Order: sequence, then C-alpha cells, then structure tokens
Amino acid sequence: MFFGLDFSVLAPSLPFLWTGLQYSVKLTLIAMSGGIVLGTLLALARLSSNRLLSNAAQVYVDTMRSIPLVMVILWFFLLIPLLTGNPVGAESSAMLTFIAFEAAYYSEIMRAGIQSVSRGQVAAGDALGFTYRQTMGYIVLPQAFRNMIPVLLTQTIVLFQDTSLVYIIGAKDLLKAAEIAGKNYNRPIEMYIFVAIIYFVICFTLSQTVKRLQKRVAIIR
Amino acid sequence: MDYHWNWGIFFVQVQNGDETYLDWLINGFGWTVAVSVSAWIIALSLGSVIGTLRTTTRPWVVMLGNTWVECFRNVPLLVQMLLWFFVVPELLPKDLSMWVKQDMPAKEFITATLCLGLFTSARIAEQVRAGIQSLPRGQHYAGMAMGFTTPQTYRYVLLPMAFRIIIPPLTSEFMSVFKNSSVAFAISVLELTFVSRQMQEDSEQGIETYVAVTALYFLCAFIANRVMSFIDKRTRVPGYVSAK
Repeated sequence: MFFGLDFSVLAPSLPFLWTGLQYSVKLTLIAMSGGIVLGTLLALARLSSNRLLSNAAQVYVDTMRSIPLVMVILWFFLLIPLLTGNPVGAESSAMLTFIAFEAAYYSEIMRAGIQSVSRGQVAAGDALGFTYRQTMGYIVLPQAFRNMIPVLLTQTIVLFQDTSLVYIIGAKDLLKAAEIAGKNYNRPIEMYIFVAIIYFVICFTLSQTVKRLQKRVAIIR
Repeated sequence: MDYHWNWGIFFVQVQNGDETYLDWLINGFGWTVAVSVSAWIIALSLGSVIGTLRTTTRPWVVMLGNTWVECFRNVPLLVQMLLWFFVVPELLPKDLSMWVKQDMPAKEFITATLCLGLFTSARIAEQVRAGIQSLPRGQHYAGMAMGFTTPQTYRYVLLPMAFRIIIPPLTSEFMSVFKNSSVAFAISVLELTFVSRQMQEDSEQGIETYVAVTALYFLCAFIANRVMSFIDKRTRVPGYVSAK
C-alpha cells in the first residue's frame, strides 16, 4: 500500500465518525443561530446612544476577541458547574461557550452591516412615525442582514473549523471521534488524514459557494 | 458559589518539584511568545512571497498560490497541528522519519512553529494580495513608464505601498498568532494553555490559574497591538493613507 497506509479501516468506522460529524454540525448551527441573535443585540447595544450600554457591549466584544477560544472553552467548562452547582457535560458546556464567543464576532459583522445601511433609511423610518424598534426591525436590520450574508457565512465556516477545539474538554465531535476510532483500530494516521480531508471538502465547498453568492448579493446603498 | 479562594497559590511549590506555580506560568508565557514570534517570522516572509505571486500574470503561478491558501484555510488549525506532529513524520523517507521521531531536538516546538507559521502564511498571503490589488492600476503603469522590470516595479512601487495599506489587517493577524498558538497544547508544547490545564489539575485553583493565564494573553494582544501601531505611525505616507 501507499506509504504502508491501510485505509480499509475507514469503512467500519464510518458510522462512528458520522455521529461525531453530526455533533460538530449541530454545534455549528446552534452557535450560529444563537451567536447571530446575541451578536445583533450586542451590535445594537454598541451603537445605542446609551453610553453605559454601548461601553458594556464594547468591553464584552473586545474581551472575547482578545483571548484564545481554547481559554474561553476552559473558562466555561470550569465556571458553569461552579455557578449552577451541578455538573454539565462537555457537549452542553461547549454549546454555551460557542454562542457566547461567536456572538462577539457576529456582533462586529452586524455592526458593520447596520452601518452600511444609509442614514436616509433611518430618517425614512422616523418620517413614517416608526418607533426605534420598528425602524430597526422593519427597515434597518433586514437590509443589514442581507448585506452581510456572505460575511456571516464566512464566519460560520471559521466557526465550523473552530468547533474542533472542543477536543480540549473531550466533547465527542468529528475530530474526537476520529481519534477514538484511530485508537480502536490502531490506525491513527489514516484517521487523521481522513478527517482532514472531510474538513477540507466541507469547508472548501462552502467557501466556494459563499464566493459565488458574494457576486450576486450586492450591497444596497 | 462554593469555591475556596487562594490568591497566594502562585507562590506555592508545585506538587512534585521545587518550582512554584509562578515559574510554570513564566515558562508557559515564554513558550507562547517563542512559538508565536517564530511562527510570525515564517508567516510574514512566506506569506508576502505567496501573496505577491498571486498577483502576477502567470496562470500556473497564481494557481499554485491559490492552492496553497485554500489548503491551509480550509482545515482546522488543530487538525493541521496533529497532521504535522503524527502524520508527516510517517510519510518521510525511513531514515529521516526515525530521526524526526526519536532524535530531533525540541520536536514539539519546531512542529508547532512550522504548523502555525504555514497556517498564518496563507492568511497573510490573502492580505498581501488584496493590498496589491487595491492599488490603482496607474501605479503599475508608472513603474513600466520608468523602464522598471516587473520585479523592480514590485520592489520599488507596488510593495512599499501595499504593505503600508495592509498594516491594520496585519495587526489583527499578529494578535491572532498569539491566540492561535494556544492550539499547540494538543502536541504538548508547554505554552500557556498547556500550563493552565496542568496547573489547574495540580493546584485545584482553577479560577486563579485561568485569571492569570487570561491576563497574560491580554498582555500579548496588547503588546502586539502597540508594536504594530508604532510601525504604522513610523511608516505612514504623508497625505496618502488617512493620517489620523
């Protein structure tokens, strides 16, 4: 065989890897939806005229952005059981961590999105007698969101790759599943190569799709 | 919250050894800085070359550069780390493979630096390409009009401008290198993240440990930011890049 590698162990371990991949995808989707909602709220807080609110949002975002994700994962894994008093599994802890962490990155994107909507749009909302909530909900946010779809998706691809870091607390994602399968069949090398290929195929396909989308979604000004 | 605080933990001796926990942290900080700075040097030199190649007119050179970037961008850093550490030595010729596995000095450090350096080089290549392409076409024509060869045009006209333009994204890349170096824990480099887990298990003072490590990461990000902003100020072209 090629370099003495034996890829025949892949077939029997596929179901196991599939459960790992499912967890990775689930974590990505939950963190994405939670992160975008929380991120949008943070962006609105950041842009609000209330100094206290906007400073608090800024501190939160800057803090999250200047520490490594691995440390944030460790922090949550340590703190959640201490604060709630009962132990949480690595899988659920990871979900909360990723929502909180990704919200900081999504909020920067949403902030740019909101700022990309021209001021006249807000003025139009005012002229119609809309409240702040109505102006944001019906006029500004839909456009901001649409303008930022490619960037949001690119961030989601990064997020999908980052989910591999739950490895540090032992949550069973795709990478961990591959590692366990590699140990069981005593073929770790083949497993690492295979898992790298899976990540590459998924991320490459998605990023090419986003690139095509980017050409079609022009920013409305 | 049921937690036993002990902020004096840093001066307590570790369980098996005569060092204190503070020594561990200082050591970890040293490795984090060593890995990050060496990786940054690799990344900046390689990334500049590849980014520049991607703006040339030869299709196969551009394709080579694009392939490089796509390969490193679409696989998680942690997976790349494991690939370099466990898989690459197996694929080398037999003698070299034995040497790497058994005798190579500072194996973990070299692997982590190389991996992080190549990973970051792909991201820098992207910034450099964007920087060069953001220049008006006239700049290239000006070089040609002066009778410059293509390398001269790049050396004297395009690159000096492009690098100044991309200092802000490079700043965030430089800060990212320190953050990404945390992934080296996976191959047992004794950097900050590795130390934080080790110290947490050894001392059972998780919060104090993480506070200290987080503060050290903040310090890295802050210093990286200041260094880049100093370079930005010193290299700014008067009247061109928005002078603050």
